[in-house]
Amino acid sequence: MVADEAEAPRMEWWASEDFWRKCAIFVTGFMALVLVLLTFHTLTVIEAGSEAGRVPAYSVINHRIGYEFDDERNFAVPVIGPLAPLFGEMLSEEQARRLVDHGKLTVQARNCMNCHTLLGNGAYYAPDLTKAWLDPGWGNEAARETLMMRFLDDPIANARTFGTGRRMPDQNLTDAELRGVVAYLKWMSAIDTNGFPHGFTPLPQGPLTGGGQ
Amino acid sequence: MAGWLFLRRRRRAVLGLAKGFHGTNGDSPAAGGLFLRRRRRTVLGQAKGFGQFDFASLRIGQKLAVHYFVVAMVLFLAQMLFGLLAAWQFLAPEFLFGVLDFNVNRMVHINAMVVWMLYGFIGSIYWLVEDEAGVPLVGPRIAKAAFWVLTVAVTIVVVVYLFVQSGPGDAWTLWLINEGREYIEAPRWADIGIVVCMLAVFYNVAGTFLAGRWSGISGVLVLDLVALAGLYLAGMFYTTNLPMDQYWWWWVIHLWVEATWEVLVGCIMAWGLIKTLGARRRIVTTWLYVEVALMFGSGILGLGHHYFWIGTPEYWLGVGGFFSALEPIPLVAMVVHAVYDAGRHAFRANNHPALAWLIAHAFGNFLGAGVWGFMQTLPQINLYTHGTQWSSSHGHLAFFGAYVTIIVTMIYIAVQRLRGNVWMSAGLQGGWRWKWALGLTHLGMLGMSVALLIAGYEQSFVERAIGGSTWQAYFEGQTQPWFVEAMWWRMAFGVLMTFGVVLLLWDFARIGVGEERPMKVVEGVDDVEDEGVGLVAVSR
Repeated sequence: MVADEAEAPRMEWWASEDFWRKCAIFVTGFMALVLVLLTFHTLTVIEAGSEAGRVPAYSVINHRIGYEFDDERNFAVPVIGPLAPLFGEMLSEEQARRLVDHGKLTVQARNCMNCHTLLGNGAYYAPDLTKAWLDPGWGNEAARETLMMRFLDDPIANARTFGTGRRMPDQNLTDAELRGVVAYLKWMSAIDTNGFPHGFTPLPQGPLTGGGQ
Repeated sequence: MAGWLFLRRRRRAVLGLAKGFHGTNGDSPAAGGLFLRRRRRTVLGQAKGFGQFDFASLRIGQKLAVHYFVVAMVLFLAQMLFGLLAAWQFLAPEFLFGVLDFNVNRMVHINAMVVWMLYGFIGSIYWLVEDEAGVPLVGPRIAKAAFWVLTVAVTIVVVVYLFVQSGPGDAWTLWLINEGREYIEAPRWADIGIVVCMLAVFYNVAGTFLAGRWSGISGVLVLDLVALAGLYLAGMFYTTNLPMDQYWWWWVIHLWVEATWEVLVGCIMAWGLIKTLGARRRIVTTWLYVEVALMFGSGILGLGHHYFWIGTPEYWLGVGGFFSALEPIPLVAMVVHAVYDAGRHAFRANNHPALAWLIAHAFGNFLGAGVWGFMQTLPQINLYTHGTQWSSSHGHLAFFGAYVTIIVTMIYIAVQRLRGNVWMSAGLQGGWRWKWALGLTHLGMLGMSVALLIAGYEQSFVERAIGGSTWQAYFEGQTQPWFVEAMWWRMAFGVLMTFGVVLLLWDFARIGVGEERPMKVVEGVDDVEDEGVGLVAVSR
């Protein structure tokens, strides 16, 4: 059944154990090295507020955020508009970071990701939150902030299930947590996600050079 | 040491082997069988017959492995239960609303899976380490302590998940209750515990090989464990920056599931082929190196397919798309190699259920991880499918095909030994159980995956391509009849699979009972010191 052990079998170099062991070591080492190099670069790019502009500074929540089609890249990208402070309060970069941070901690602590997706990652029981701030479901920019706060404060009473019957359980958010979550979602909507989710149409936004929420 | 020597001497006497640890093959099967049976009874005296439960004569590592396997199977059942609850909530959203919400059930569902697979892997490694190294486990006390610490920690984590569920938005919650990051939700204290326990496992595995003998399989295994344990550290920090968070999060998830876990199961499969078929070690080892080269060659940069849409630079579209598209190739190699070995030995195996699950692993890995993954890995397609039920479909089939199957294989190998090396080949008494368990679990899983895939097609079409990816579009997608029907089918196939799993566990407990024949002796040479054979056995 098995090879004749008495005679040394003739073997091509490409079929030898030794060749493939060396291949495995070399390929693994090389790919790991490339990954490490790319990681060093990517980390500088995705620093919040880096020059690349892909991940905004936290103080972006002081600004109006739009979403416009970019002809050159052939998909829509977030556009940072003029000042439009969240909750009417101008925040320094550090204050804004702390507010967004509280929001992110809350989103993790309440396990939001096991119903929702964030940047498309998570569970599929509830809608994606990547562009939650810009979703047309809020009606218009003027009403958005109040509606978001009201919904998150009592998601059962304000439930809109669109015929699915799926409601968001009450998260008993404190006022500070509420504000943090809204700030986090606003900041998240300004991340450049290479056009994901596909074909997203934001709420009516008018010319982005104008002020207003 | 004295105990080990005794065990070793006894084992030789019992099995009547001159070759020691690697020679499970007698010269004459028939005579060997009779000899085995007679010797076993006379030499051991107290030993029970074939088919009798025989835990006492296992090696230390094997006893530990049995512990790990038992917990793994308990968690497997828990995974099924919470999966069913979550699936039912898609159909009846009011079910347990406010008591056990979807996010809790779903978290327990996926965490139970990750943890039971780790238990299955650790069990498998402990099962083979002494056999492969030729010496006893170096730190049995530490190994035992690590098992109990890990098990108590897992129990506490699950109880907190179920009864505390969530906490205030501060760092304490992340440390004590729930980290809120899919798959690695375990709170930070448990992370540290897991790392410590993994170090204990690593010490035992690497130490045992150092004290004994190295082989190709053990070399790959130890290096892979270093990477596997090290990668977990990448998930143990908090940052405000979501893209940064997800960048490192994928280092854990992807580089585990699509790289280091795959290589780990490659090692287990290689060992399993030698044990169940008597496959030649040289061939199996060479294939293992091929798999490692292809797996890490494609999988490490294939990580980039998770970096399309999370704020990371655009070059990941090209890097991730290209390398992840190559990821099925090593899985093809595994199929070729498993089928080649099985065919070369004309499917004459000493453990039919194990070989069947091993072949199921080769095909399941290729289909679930390879084909299902490839379907949506190019960015042009992934733009529509990312974050839809496509991912769910792929996740189900891939975890089952790649990992459930290989752990079940190892448990069947263990159960055979646990029943005193009983006959588990053709004509096995009660053999219907393992066949039905195999059939039902596979049918259930395939049915679920196809149902979820249809839901995913519909979702990416209605929600993304037409609807413009708004919340309104999301809900339109979720209420389409194709989606809703798919969810019903998923539920039905999930129930079917649960029956299969229950039958499988029953079979683990009962297989071999009533059998009087000793394990079939397979032809083949475990040529650990052999030279001169590569990818194929060269016959002239």
